[in-house]
Amino acid sequence: MAIDAATVRRVAHLARIKTPEERLEPLAAELNGILAWIEQLNEVDVEGVEPMTSNVAQALRLREDAVTDGGKIEAVLSNAPKSADGFFVVPKVVE
Amino acid sequence: MTDLTTLTLKGALDGLRAKAFSSEEITRAFLANIEAGNSTLNAYVEVTADKALGMARASDARIASGKAGALEGAPLGIKDLFCTDGVQTTAGSNMLRGFVPPYESTVTANLWRDGAVMLGKLNMDEFAMGSSNETSAFGPVTNPWKSKGSNADLTPGGSSGGSASAVAADLCLGATASDTGGSIRQPAAFTGTVGIKPTYGRASRFGMVAFASSLDQAGPITKTVEDAAILLRSMCSFDPKDSTSLDIETPDWTQSLGKGVKGLRIGVPREYVVDGMPAEIQALWDQGVEWLKAAGAEIVEISLPHTKYALPAYYIIAPAEASSNLARYDGMRFGHRAEKAASLTDLYETTRAEGFGKEVQRRLTIGAYVLSAGFYDAYYVRALKVRRRIAEDFDKVWGQVDAILTPSTPSAAFALGDKQIDPLQMYLNDIFTVTANLAGLPGISVPAGVDANGLPLGLQVIGRALDEATVFQVAEVLEDSAAFTAKPEKWW
Repeated sequence: MAIDAATVRRVAHLARIKTPEERLEPLAAELNGILAWIEQLNEVDVEGVEPMTSNVAQALRLREDAVTDGGKIEAVLSNAPKSADGFFVVPKVVE
Repeated sequence: MTDLTTLTLKGALDGLRAKAFSSEEITRAFLANIEAGNSTLNAYVEVTADKALGMARASDARIASGKAGALEGAPLGIKDLFCTDGVQTTAGSNMLRGFVPPYESTVTANLWRDGAVMLGKLNMDEFAMGSSNETSAFGPVTNPWKSKGSNADLTPGGSSGGSASAVAADLCLGATASDTGGSIRQPAAFTGTVGIKPTYGRASRFGMVAFASSLDQAGPITKTVEDAAILLRSMCSFDPKDSTSLDIETPDWTQSLGKGVKGLRIGVPREYVVDGMPAEIQALWDQGVEWLKAAGAEIVEISLPHTKYALPAYYIIAPAEASSNLARYDGMRFGHRAEKAASLTDLYETTRAEGFGKEVQRRLTIGAYVLSAGFYDAYYVRALKVRRRIAEDFDKVWGQVDAILTPSTPSAAFALGDKQIDPLQMYLNDIFTVTANLAGLPGISVPAGVDANGLPLGLQVIGRALDEATVFQVAEVLEDSAAFTAKPEKWW
């Protein structure tokens, strides 16, 4: 499953990372190197094995459905690139 | 008066309690060391001197009134991946430059509850993705150790390179760190320090900048095994704010020390012999086996047949989780935002291209690829199945052994710049450590000797889930047997 420049372009877009044209080929080469090494996983017999998503063998805890926090507008906005009147300000997105 | 900064954490806590010196005195001594050495070592990205002195005075008042906590007055360094209320937290990334959390991570909150003093925030690989600290937006950290007869700057390892360098150079008594594939144990091995990653779920991940959530775990880097037992206990707690936090008691691990290893069965996994491993690493491992045998342990050769698949599985699982976790950095609510963009998508893409460094971009791209339609089952799901095979390997040997002994790393510290060309070469650093992350097991690195160039080498002990007690017991015997007293010659 070799990756070409077009695939890198598509995946970089999926990852929302702007990648200049001249970087596509070198990135494809790097990713192919890494993926070729990863291919050895195909040697492992995984027939009937459950995928392991967590190390913690416990059901997720539930808590009472009640307000536990809030009313911290200033704290929430304190790191916003831009804010006004208690809101995040983002660039106009309707084109 | 002795140099307070050369004390162990235990020694300093004893001195503080006996009022041999004050927290303000020892804090000032560390601040002076940082002032003198940090521009060379680059271990701290931010020094919080005023905060440290304020905390130290408050500690002195509590000591005077007989209300000292477990870490009262001890000056520590904090890896810049733990959110600290009111103090910039960047995870080594330009994406978070200027980010000041309005809340405290649970791990650091526990330290302050116990009376510790914060000296500042420690440098690290960007978002903990790296094994040499060279991916940090703040530049690499330098290892205080140098090869005999060479002046080349060496890496302290990564991602917790700032933590390891600061502890080794006496710029703090101990430091917090985090370990996703080896980021505590590898830097500890490279700097002659002790580093332990506890069982997954022991330490809360709340307020810890996320890399790969099913693998990330906090732990300390310290000068001795006893110091690690003390600091780890304060860091761990059950936390309802972390859904994978374990609702169990945190033991006092110092109680396990001094018990020795008589009658314990120690596994030596034959699959950890890897191609191209330096003879010195093998010799150190053999020496470790001899020490444990001499102390009364029974050595058992074991097989962990899926070991060689751990790193490739890790390099699917960790980037996949990272690509999901780091989707939050979109330039809207916090973090970097690009100035100019033609559209919303362009704004996201430009923001992330500007904010993330090369290695982070590489891993996010791999993550997006292995999770994308058509490849999800072939890569991601397969890696999760292999991960279970690796965990089962360990489950099968716990009937025969109580702990496992391996080298910590396949080499000693290498020169800065040495492995930057080929990402695969860099990834191989974690070959002995990554299995414990995939299986969620506790692992410790203990300094056990030096190589021909005088550089420290570490041995790793892996234990059963939740059995840090045995891990500490074995580690202490290695520490005592090795009698590792070498210190880097001060040049910084």
